[in-house]
Amino acid sequence: MTEIGLGHYLTLGAVIFSIGIIGIFLNRKNIIVILMSIELILLAVNINLVAFSIYLGDLAGQVFTLFILTVAAAEAAIGLAIIVVYFRNSGTIRVEEIDKLKG
Amino acid sequence: MIAHSIFFYTFSFIAVISAIMVTASKNTVHSVFFLILDFISISCLFIMIGAEFLGMIMLIVYVGAVAVLFLFVVMMLNVAQQKNQWFASQESSKHIPVGLIIGTLIFFEIIIVIGGWKYKPDIFDINNSISQTSLSNTHSLGQILYTDYIHVFQISGMILLVAMVGAIVLTFRQRVGVKRQSYIKQISRERAEGVEVLEVKSNRGVKIDD
Repeated sequence: MTEIGLGHYLTLGAVIFSIGIIGIFLNRKNIIVILMSIELILLAVNINLVAFSIYLGDLAGQVFTLFILTVAAAEAAIGLAIIVVYFRNSGTIRVEEIDKLKG
Repeated sequence: MIAHSIFFYTFSFIAVISAIMVTASKNTVHSVFFLILDFISISCLFIMIGAEFLGMIMLIVYVGAVAVLFLFVVMMLNVAQQKNQWFASQESSKHIPVGLIIGTLIFFEIIIVIGGWKYKPDIFDINNSISQTSLSNTHSLGQILYTDYIHVFQISGMILLVAMVGAIVLTFRQRVGVKRQSYIKQISRERAEGVEVLEVKSNRGVKIDD
């Protein structure tokens, strides 16, 4: 077993990032799972930043992880509020039934 | 060092499996539970690698706030009844191969970039170097967060304030037909509209009109 280095953490981040992307593409259920996939992507970015910060010895990466955490929390709150309002107006949050914009 | 490897592989295995289950599980409530498991294992990795403060903040913010918010919304919107229809219509299954191809392409692109990545040796000579100080992680993070990054810190506070106001404005609704107390009406009431002095005649009583 080789020593755990920067590459291991970056690979873990890449795997979780790809799972988040695939989750956005494949999701047919409801928008909440898409929001959770976005949270997974932000988590992968956080892993990358923290791994670089530790292995290169620069604390700026951890500071920026803190700010990404802030933005992720704000984004989750706003997104869930939009979903609640949409559900109240149209009664569904299924992905293929949301076609009000005719996209 | 061998313990480090064992812990890394354990936590990252749990993280990857639970990330897959977040996107693949049929019940949305189960997805939220796996999201919580994912956050917890990643924060264990952060604590293990030496970023203790971020690991703890991750536990507090994600598991304590964001995941509970997700659970609350999932339970409030009653989407659990859709749990048996994974792919609702047959047409939508055309998206599956395209999505899988794009996802694996992105994964291999990132892996190629990671494999071919080399850093300059003089990148270690940076001011905020961790190894120069003997402070704890939280202490050194606070020392640069409140000095060098104070403006970004304030702006992130503003972002949280705007998000809070936005969420309240979005979900607020005024219901009709609900009786509620109006302080300005109560305070601005005058004597003339409140009481009236009548001359009551004997055996007649007072007629009240309302």
